[in-house]
Formats: sequence, structure tokens, C-alpha cells
Amino acid sequence: MDRAATAARIAEVIEPFNKNGIAIDETTSFAGDLEWDSLTVMDFVAAIEDEFDIIISMNQQAEIETYGQLIDAVTKLQG
Amino acid sequence: MNDMTPPEAAPADLFSKFDAMIETRRSLLATGVTDPFSLVMEKVLSPTTAICNGRETILLGTYNYMGMTFDPDVIAAGKQALDDYGSGTTGSRVLNGTYAGHRAVEEALKDFYAMDHAMVFSTGYQANLGIISTIAGKGDYIVLDIDSHASIWDGCKMGDAEVVPFKHNDIEAMEKRLRRIPEGAGKLVVLEGVYSMLGDIAPLKEMIRIAKSYGAMVLVDEAHSMGFIGANGRGVAEDQGVLDNVDFVIGTFSKSVGTVGGFCVSNHPKFEIMRLVCRPYVFTASLPPSVVATAATSIRKLMHAGNKRAHLWENSRTLHKALTGLGFKLGTEEPQSAIIAVIMPDLERGAMMWEALLREGLYVNLARPPATPAGMTLLRCSLCAEHSAEQVQIIAGMFERAGKSVGII
Repeated sequence: MDRAATAARIAEVIEPFNKNGIAIDETTSFAGDLEWDSLTVMDFVAAIEDEFDIIISMNQQAEIETYGQLIDAVTKLQG
Repeated sequence: MNDMTPPEAAPADLFSKFDAMIETRRSLLATGVTDPFSLVMEKVLSPTTAICNGRETILLGTYNYMGMTFDPDVIAAGKQALDDYGSGTTGSRVLNGTYAGHRAVEEALKDFYAMDHAMVFSTGYQANLGIISTIAGKGDYIVLDIDSHASIWDGCKMGDAEVVPFKHNDIEAMEKRLRRIPEGAGKLVVLEGVYSMLGDIAPLKEMIRIAKSYGAMVLVDEAHSMGFIGANGRGVAEDQGVLDNVDFVIGTFSKSVGTVGGFCVSNHPKFEIMRLVCRPYVFTASLPPSVVATAATSIRKLMHAGNKRAHLWENSRTLHKALTGLGFKLGTEEPQSAIIAVIMPDLERGAMMWEALLREGLYVNLARPPATPAGMTLLRCSLCAEHSAEQVQIIAGMFERAGKSVGII
């Protein structure tokens, strides 16, 4: 799946997690802008992993701070 | 100015990162509540009673499940070892720090678990830190429960493996992650028998079956089950009939055994190499001779403690029923271990309730985030086989009065 198609599917997955309806672009940060706590992060990561049938390890999560970085990582992880 | 001139900016305070916690603590203490994290036991009278703030207090937050801390045989063994071997070893297990007592306690553990190898660490924390960080290396995967103890997480962080958590006790979530691990990668599944915050147990039978079907090695931390869960007190894996499929059992001397120290037992044929490659084992001083002597004596007595086990379970069931009847919200619907977690509405009322109980003459643990799951504030009660049936009734009465005065029930 190319980057654009991956981004479109991630946009669908993130929708129910974005409870405050914050406008999300590539530079949106999960901790800073979305203010997610660790439980929300865990549930969201699990939802992304299930959607794409991939593993995003804690080590990889540490490198993902923004929405754009997530799209890049998921695109790459699908191989 | 050349490039070598240092800038004259004020130094960044490395403690700024703790400001949020400092403020939480300040505002809690500003309400006038006693600091729940600086209690002093002025005198300890028995496994279940101590003098705190000048008054006799029932201890209900010690993890001293089997009440071995004042066992006469245990005390005598410790005194004898002090006389015979001195106050400390001043050395690593692999240099001058292995005395006869260290070997003897490892023999006691091998007998207790009926396993081939036992390795004793200076604390339970170091046992998890050392074993996990050493056996799971670069390119390997650790799959672990999200509610794992800090020592497990720190072991993951210290090693080079990929760390993959799954939702607490969620068998399907664990299996999905195992299925997605690249073929050929080493896999370690890390589970606990009893999770210490809510006192719930893991469905080890099913989880270990699945872990094994994906070719994973399995490590189970049985810190909170040793001595009283399972027919021989070997823990939840024994109770569920799957101990033979556990590759590594991690345990501690600081709970049922009644002293301090940690261990790993295993049947892995190459296990002894751990003594040379596991840094938290090598680069620290070994336990004092008196500690290993008390531990060995205690462990051997725990092999024949059927009556005490039965009484501990009775205490757990009685208190669970009483607190449920009073209207408290508990961590588990049925008592699953010797831990009963009473869920508080928030930190402030949790601290008030904790203080009200202390005034009644009862000590419990106040547990709060980040140690607790889902941001909960808990009053964690751990029962002891030495609590009398009468003490358990007294405890229930204290909870009733304190709960009503704080307005929680």
C-alpha cells in the first residue's frame, strides 16, 4: 500500500480516538497536540496494528512523535 | 568571540521535569492530610502489628503473606549465620561473595520448585532486570502484559530486544502480536502469576499454551503467589498445571519468604551461563549471610505450610466478602490472591481514607499512578497467614468507620 492509501486508512482509524475533534495534519504531535494519555496511546497503537496486521514495538513508537511520522512508519512496516 | 567561549545562559535545571509531581504532592499535603509515603514503623511487634506514630497498628500492607519474619527457626538461622559468617560478604557472587549459605538457599529453591537450576540475586527487582535484559537481545522480541511490574519494564528497557506490550490478561491480543513477529526471531513472553495492583491472576494455562505454539520461551513472575498458591506453593502456574511449560520462574524473598532477595529458577540446560553474562548478578555485592540463612530456612518451612495456606485463603475470602458487603469497590469480584485492592474515587479521598484508617490503627498501602493501571488510586491490602480471624473482623470494622467518615461508603 502506498503512502497516500496508508494515510487515508490511518485517518479512518484515528477518527474515534480524536475525541476533541482536533484538526490533524502531518505535524500534529500525539503527546503535545492530541494530549493522549498512555492508555489511549496503547489502544490506538493496537487499532493501527490490527488494521495493517503489523507490529509497532515500543522501540519504534519512541521514534514516532507526529502524525506524519506515523504514516511513514506504517507505510514502511507494510514492507 | 571564538567557538570555544561558553554561552552565558543560565543552566537548565534538570529537576524541572519533576515539577508536575512536586505540585501534585504539595497540593495533596496542603489539604492537611498526613504524608502517606513517609510513614515510620517505630517498633515492629509481629508480622501483623507494629507501633506507628506511637500507637499499635495492624499491618495490612506488607506482602508478608506467610508471616515468616518472626518465625523462631528463621530468626535463629539468621543469628547463627551472623556469628559464623559475619555481617556481609563485601563481594560479587562470582568473586568472593558466594558463601555456603548462598549455595544452600539455591539448593532450597531447587527443592521447593523441583527444578534443575536456581540463581539468587540481591533483590527481586534485579532478578527481573538481569534475566530479561540478558536473555532477550538485539533482534529478539519481548511480548509482555501492559500491567507488568516496573522491574519487568526496566529489564526490557535495559536490553536491546523489540518490546511489544499487549492489553492486560487479553489472550487474543497476546496471540495477535506473537503471530506478527517475523519468522526466525527469538521470542520471550513475560507474564505474572498474580498482578500486584488489583490482586488478579493471569489465565496462564491458555496463555502459555499459545506462547509455546508460537515457539516462544516463557517467563513468569510469581512474586505474589509463592508460598500459598498451588498445591506446593509454587505459584499460579503450578495451580493451573502448566509449571512444566514455564522456562523461567522469577521470584522474591521479600514477600512470603520474609527477607530480601530475588531469584530465577529454570530447567534450561544452559542456565548456569547466566552467572557469567548477567550484569545485575555479577556487578553487585551478594546478599549478607544472615539474609540467605533466613531465606533458606523459611523456604524449607514453606514446603510444609499447608495449614497456614488454608488460613490465609480463609482470611482473604472473609475480608473480601466483608468489604464487598460494606459497599466498597474492589479490584476483583472474587478473591483471587492474598491482595485485596479497594478502589478509591480519587487521590485526595484515597489519601483521606488512608489517613482515617491509620487513625483507626490500620496500615494499608496507598497506591497511585503511575504504579497503578488506568490512573486508579487504590488502597491495597495484603493479608497474612498470621492475621487471626478476630483481627480480620477488627479490620472490617475499621474500614466501615473510616469509609463512613470520609464519605466513600
